[in-house]
Amino acid sequence: MTAPDTSTVKSMRTPLARVRNLGASHSGTGDFWRQRVTAVAMTLLILPVIVVVMMLLGRNQAGAAQILGSPLVAVILLLFIVASAWHMKIGMQVVIEDYVHGEKLKLAAVMANNFFSIAVALVSIYAILKLSSGV
Amino acid sequence: MTARIERPLSPHLQTYRWTLTMALSIVHRVTGVALYFGTLLLAWWLISAASGPPAYANVQAFTSSLIGRLIVFGYTWALLHHLLSGIRHFVWDLGYGFKASEREALTWSALIGGISLTVLVWIVAYAIGGGR
Repeated sequence: MTAPDTSTVKSMRTPLARVRNLGASHSGTGDFWRQRVTAVAMTLLILPVIVVVMMLLGRNQAGAAQILGSPLVAVILLLFIVASAWHMKIGMQVVIEDYVHGEKLKLAAVMANNFFSIAVALVSIYAILKLSSGV
Repeated sequence: MTARIERPLSPHLQTYRWTLTMALSIVHRVTGVALYFGTLLLAWWLISAASGPPAYANVQAFTSSLIGRLIVFGYTWALLHHLLSGIRHFVWDLGYGFKASEREALTWSALIGGISLTVLVWIVAYAIGGGR
């Protein structure tokens, strides 16, 4: 009788335990679903957003600031900004995960993607809130 | 260091005959990435409006230049194409439109609709904005 080959065993965890729950992916379908929810939101918001942009065309800063600061316009844009930043963060992460294979580079790229998306959203939100409060 | 396991790989793009749905799948992703960086323009525009007249004048100088107009026109198309192409994905997500004729029709609709809507939006934009 020969001893079982244990040279390749790295862990006491069984293969089943490793794939249980969410397995190697570490996450489920949450992002898939949020991608669609934000897409539906933007589909509903696109017409109002286009109308807002049309209202701003050819106006100077004073005129643009007045329109951007009005409650309905501000809320429409805020909703659109939140939905689009969220949507693009998820989308870019999928692209990164498809093409960046080095673990460290991928981590850095996903992190940069989060920073970019949040920064763009916050800059836009700050601008609208500033215009809305009229300071 | 364990030996690298030689797993079978699926063939990459160049192996396949080009199809409309495949080309437009790539366009969907490319327009998505373009829109991602295009949000910088949107954020710049909003923050300049909040900053004051000189900053806003800078944005207007850029958007009324030839290169600015081209970028905003491209952004308009990318947005509207990505939107219609995304609606096509909703149809597929719900389980419809998988027949060869249906998926071709959906894809052509997104392509033609995206271009048409972009032109329409710009005609309206010039009609409104030019009048001010």
